[in-house]
Amino acid sequence: MSIAIVMVLVVAGSILFHVLSPWRATPIASNWGFIDDTMGLTFLVTGAGFVAVILFMAYCLYRFRHEPGRRAAYEPENQKLEAWLGIVTTIAVVILLAPGLLVWGQFITVPKDAMEIEAVGVQWNWSFRLAGVDHQLGSSDVRYIDTTNSLGLSPADPKGQDDLLVTSGELHLPLGKPVKVLLRSIDVLHDFYVPEIRAKMDLVPGIVTNFWFTPTKIGEYEILCAAYCGTGHPQMRGKMIIESEADFEKWQTAQQTFEQSRKSDASRDTRASAQ
Amino acid sequence: MSVMGLFFIFIFSVAMLWLARQGVFESPWLEEGEVTHRRRAAGTEPPPAAKVGLAIFLAVAGCLFSLLTAAFFMRGDAPDWQLPPIPGILWFNTFVLAASSVALQLALIAARRGEFERVKTALLIGAATAGLFLIGQIWAWRELLELRFFASSNAANAFFYLLTGTHALHLVGGLVALARTTDKVRGAGRVTRALTTSVELCAIYWHFLLFVWLLMFAMLIGWADGFGVVCRRLLS
Amino acid sequence: MTDASVPQNVAPPPAEVEDVELYHAHSWLTKYVFCQDAKVIAIQYAGTAITVGVLALVLSWVIRLQLAFPGAIPFIDASVYYQSVTMHGMIMVVYMLTAIFLGGFGNYLIPLMVGARDMVFPYVNMLSYWVYLIATLVLVSSYFVPGGPTGAGWTLYPPQSILTGTPGYDYGIILMLVSLILFIVGFTMGGLNYVVTVLQARTRGMTLMRMPLTVWGIFAAAVMALLAFPGLFVACVMLLLDRTLGTSFFMPSLVELGERKDYVGGSPILFQHLFWFFGHPEVYIVALPAFGIVSDLISVHARKNIFGYRMMVWAIIAIGVLSMVVWGHHMYVSGMDPWFGFFFAVTTLAIAVPTALKVYNWVLTLWHADIHFTTPMLFALGFLVTFVNGGITGLYLGNVIVDVPLSATLFVVAHFHMVMGIAPVLVIFGAIYHWYPKITGRMMDERLGKIHFWITFLGAYAIFFPMHYLGVLGMPRRFYEMGETAFVPASAATLNIVITVIALAVGFAQSIFFYNLFRSLKYGAPAGGNPWRAASLEWQTPETPPGHGNWGAHLPVVYRWPYAYSVPGAPEDYLPQNAPPMSGEHSP
Repeated sequence: MSIAIVMVLVVAGSILFHVLSPWRATPIASNWGFIDDTMGLTFLVTGAGFVAVILFMAYCLYRFRHEPGRRAAYEPENQKLEAWLGIVTTIAVVILLAPGLLVWGQFITVPKDAMEIEAVGVQWNWSFRLAGVDHQLGSSDVRYIDTTNSLGLSPADPKGQDDLLVTSGELHLPLGKPVKVLLRSIDVLHDFYVPEIRAKMDLVPGIVTNFWFTPTKIGEYEILCAAYCGTGHPQMRGKMIIESEADFEKWQTAQQTFEQSRKSDASRDTRASAQ
Repeated sequence: MSVMGLFFIFIFSVAMLWLARQGVFESPWLEEGEVTHRRRAAGTEPPPAAKVGLAIFLAVAGCLFSLLTAAFFMRGDAPDWQLPPIPGILWFNTFVLAASSVALQLALIAARRGEFERVKTALLIGAATAGLFLIGQIWAWRELLELRFFASSNAANAFFYLLTGTHALHLVGGLVALARTTDKVRGAGRVTRALTTSVELCAIYWHFLLFVWLLMFAMLIGWADGFGVVCRRLLS
Repeated sequence: MTDASVPQNVAPPPAEVEDVELYHAHSWLTKYVFCQDAKVIAIQYAGTAITVGVLALVLSWVIRLQLAFPGAIPFIDASVYYQSVTMHGMIMVVYMLTAIFLGGFGNYLIPLMVGARDMVFPYVNMLSYWVYLIATLVLVSSYFVPGGPTGAGWTLYPPQSILTGTPGYDYGIILMLVSLILFIVGFTMGGLNYVVTVLQARTRGMTLMRMPLTVWGIFAAAVMALLAFPGLFVACVMLLLDRTLGTSFFMPSLVELGERKDYVGGSPILFQHLFWFFGHPEVYIVALPAFGIVSDLISVHARKNIFGYRMMVWAIIAIGVLSMVVWGHHMYVSGMDPWFGFFFAVTTLAIAVPTALKVYNWVLTLWHADIHFTTPMLFALGFLVTFVNGGITGLYLGNVIVDVPLSATLFVVAHFHMVMGIAPVLVIFGAIYHWYPKITGRMMDERLGKIHFWITFLGAYAIFFPMHYLGVLGMPRRFYEMGETAFVPASAATLNIVITVIALAVGFAQSIFFYNLFRSLKYGAPAGGNPWRAASLEWQTPETPPGHGNWGAHLPVVYRWPYAYSVPGAPEDYLPQNAPPMSGEHSP
């Protein structure tokens, strides 16, 4: 008997918690508003299902609780009812799935004009690489990694010489331009995760993965790692700064190219050995 | 993954056919009384539990080998993949294992006819050839290791050792069962029903291992490359 | 085995097989330790599983304490935290839930419910338990080796799991892999037994469609486990070779903390495929037996037949088949070919339909019922709430695009704890309260049981329901400490403290259960053979607890389905499966 009341209270409490909860999705800063919409739709459909099932159950518990003289009905099945419930559930599932798949289709179709940048994960920090004046990223391989070439760019590839290397962990991106993020790890699995842009993807050593988004809001966002990567996992942070095209250009010119970094490292080495 | 797909289609078809014959569409509350599997023909006996057990075990082992095969093809996509040269003795081993399988089949036929001495001889030949196969496999390993094809130097080598090793371990397990059967034969002194069942189970298991070996061998020589290409094309 | 009282006018021959050759115990050792009686093995399995389960519960406190009070507890550093997370997860999923449902309930209930004397291969069955015990000991022994247990996360993803940046790199990971391999070997022996027993050892009249849903659930789960565990087996063996021999199955060329490793070309995603090929069916390996048991609990205590028995059976089969082809939904953002996302999202959401039908049928069973609020019934109802709640959040995570922001957040943690942690555990408790009288001959204390239920159910719901919202906020899982993070408000830390306090309270409240469990052994009210007046076969044994061989001189003969409750015209509100039809009785 009391369980019927508690069931109602559980449903009411859950709804109340949902309404009053201060913990909500972060304000979105990318084009993936569709993801939020799909999630909202999912909440409505599934929430209605949850409330309906549990309240119906609570009613049964109250109405058909044991009392002296009560005897249950004998009804092995009701195929018509079961078929209807099956159809309704299938429709609900299709309502959830159809928009989800459409949005997924967009998610995996990168716009042709997207700017390619690269995020490189290593235990436990982020580095980035942007295309230089030739608008192309050079090739890379773990084999090339040494003290003066921490990202493993191919020294022989002319396309890579002008690539901008960002090792400070701070990535700047221009507002409103689609970005294709190429993801590369040189040790273990990582995951490029900025809650505000909703999209995320694993970095898998040995292959280059990617995802895309368009920044829609100027601001400073935290980059986290969302694939467990060892004891330093929570400390693996970076910063993503979305700014106006002009500010971005200014920042870009201040970054070191691969060629420059090789030279400065080499000169530092000679100075060190001279001393 | 196509390998697993094929495997599952097979397993699930068998399971569904079986279930359909077990009356899963009937309404159990409508009938009272002692009903049984109505589709089993009168007079036939249910198969012995050990045989059903073996069938299920073969499904599990089949799943294991299918997964290894799927992993083989998926890993084989990488550019560093280089199959090791196939030691010539493997051809001989294949022949020996086939002979072992034939011997056990002959043992089964003899057991069904009640020819005790022939059962004994055939079982011994089966065990001896299986043992010879294992020795041959070890020989092949040694040959590859001498040529410095280590498991750590290329994943294809590692797969060679892993696949042949897993297969050999299954055969060792089979030999234990076969030894027990042979022991039973000696103890019994004549062909009994339980004995025929044991011999039958060993024979089934041997045929299964031969089948697995043939597929595996084809894969290791590279004959199955075409299949890998088909898989990739299906997936992409 | 011909029983003279059986009517001989039935045309087909009896389906039952020869009596299993029973191994009769000769000494204390063979009766209680190296025993081949499935009932004893069941208790050994359950006892071991619950013992390691308590260890895993304590580990969850370590996790919770760290999340609520980061840095405040001196002995919890990052290594200890990740080791606790790993061991908690692996123990709960594999060594506790799988073992107790299949090894515990499977062993006890299958032979009794299908009217067999024992499992068909009793010796293999005994071996299965001892291999399981060794596997458990190997796992626990990793606490006593240099470096401690592995902290790779229960998913053991390479390359991280076998590199030095992960705690337990030296021996912990090796022991973990060896232990899993042993577990799988042991389980396969047990699984063969469960499946063949259901197939071969059913008594006369026990057709498949007359089996209680508990047997259906355990049977389907055992079949799935037999097909799924090889995935984990292959993954473990290959990872072990990568770690010990330096092969490159899963390990690509990489530079670890400035040092170049010799690995080349391996595929970490291949491991994920193999792992989840096992990992997802594993969820249903735990869930299907729970589904089955809950169906029986609801039916017995609501004095009503389970509604839509056929649909329940078909749903179990459909879920079993579908669950083998949905594993990719754990890998939507893993970097695998994104086109797989379409396929796996469709199969994953398709599984919601048979699952939802099961939920409807449980609830519809309560319609026009005669509901007794016994402790087992309360736990079954608690299962319904937590399962429905956890199930619908699965629709978020299965729908590929919605999974993208939620994956690897606390939403996932909350989801799987609700659906495959709390829900099955509530069923385990309900099942223990329900079958305890059969196992021991005594009742457990109802009042203590109800207190235990209320604390566990409401507490667990209060732990995991709010946790979803931290996930929606974006808080990632497997973070030793959140640190200063702009998007995480201070209130989130407060919520974490609240959750931890509740978790500790619920954890300690389990002592009520253990007190009840042991006290009732001696002081519980005598139960008689069939205290719940249940119709299924296990309650009709000549002795309680059932003796060796279960059925005395003659195997029972089954005349009807196991849900003949409140049949119109019947004198009582239940008809045991083996009660002969009365002449002129109104056929239900």
